[in-house]
This record gives sequence, structure tokens and C-alpha cells, in this order.
Amino acid sequence: MVTLLYFASLRESLGMSREQLALPSGNATVSSLIDELRSRDSRWTEAFAPGKTWRVAVNQQMATLATPVKPGDEVAFFPPVTGG
Amino acid sequence: MPTVRVQTEDFDTGRELDALTRGRTNVGALASFTGLVRDAMTLEHYPAMTQKALEDICAQAHSRWDLIDTLVIHRVGALQPGDRIVLVGVTSAHRGDAFAACEFIMDYLKTRAPFWKREDTPEGSRWVEAREGDDAAAQRWK
Repeated sequence: MVTLLYFASLRESLGMSREQLALPSGNATVSSLIDELRSRDSRWTEAFAPGKTWRVAVNQQMATLATPVKPGDEVAFFPPVTGG
Repeated sequence: MPTVRVQTEDFDTGRELDALTRGRTNVGALASFTGLVRDAMTLEHYPAMTQKALEDICAQAHSRWDLIDTLVIHRVGALQPGDRIVLVGVTSAHRGDAFAACEFIMDYLKTRAPFWKREDTPEGSRWVEAREGDDAAAQRWK
């Protein structure tokens, strides 16, 4: 299982702030997680559509599509940050 | 040494910056940046990551320049126009290092620290969009 977190506008458009997800078998990456999320329904397809800008962090470190994901990891998705 | 605080309360800029230099005789330069709120807003963040991300940015500044101390205070929650939102303070022996590192920390904070602003307007509230100029500002330190 991995913990998925959603923040800010992404949390609002998905209507969810956190969930637990069983990892697909094989070597999971951020990219394979995204494929699974996109296949849920139109809300998810739209939120993670190619061309949509979002960021991802794995275990609180900024990550990329190629970053591996293993059981117990915390994967957070969010829009580009706007602090400062 | 980096000091990082994420808090809802206001901070006293003068007192925070004085604390960076008090009793020190090796500090020749103190550069600081204070960010202020123009439109009422609420700041959301990713608590488990924010502190770590800011400490990492300060650590990068220490590895790039000859610094004595770095300080970042960032507020979260509801903020009103005129409120202080962020303070960065950097001390070094000479001004060049302090000036550059202070700007670097702000540029990286703007693009790498997990904060999101939601502005309150008369028509309702809306998420602030990230600015491309902020990415360009961070890119020049590569």
C-alpha cells in the first residue's frame, strides 16, 4: 500500500485529500501510478491529462514521473507552488 | 546554520534579524527579504514536507556561498493585506554572499516549497496560479 495525498486546487477538483492504494504488481513508478489514477473516471482523467501542470513529491521530496514508488511510500500530488 | 519556522503567528522582523547578529563578531553582512500580503488570502501547505523543503533550500545556499547563518520564517493560514508572510535573513562575512544567497533562497522557495495561496476576492476565493517568471528566476541559479 502507498499513501496518496492531494493538495490545493487538485484536492478540490478530485474531492479527496488522502487515500491508501494497493500498488500494481511489478516495478511501480510515479508514471504507473498516474496511469492507474487516470483510468478511474473523467474527473481523474481530466486532472492528470497530458498538458495539465502538476507536481509530485515522493516521501516529501520533489519527484518526477520516473521516480520509483514502493510499499509504504507517501506520494503527494499538487499544483505548482505559490508561496513566498 | 539554517533555522526554519513555519507558523500561523506573525513575527517581529527586527527581533528576528537582531538575533542573527547579536554577540557575533564574525558577521560582516546581513541581507534580508520580507514578503508582505497585498490581497487577503489563506495559505495551505504540506506540513510533512514544508519544513524539510525549506531546510534543504537553506542547506543548498550554505553549500553555494560562504554563509554564517540562514533564517526562513513562513506563515500559513489566513492573512490580511499588509501582513508579513515571509522573512529570509542571511549572514556572512561579506555582502556578496549574503545578497546572492538571500535572493537564491527566495527564488527556490517560490518554486520548490509546498505552499499554495488562495485569494479571497469579492467574487469569492480562487487559487493563485504559479507565475512563469518565478520558474525563470529559479532557473538562473542552475
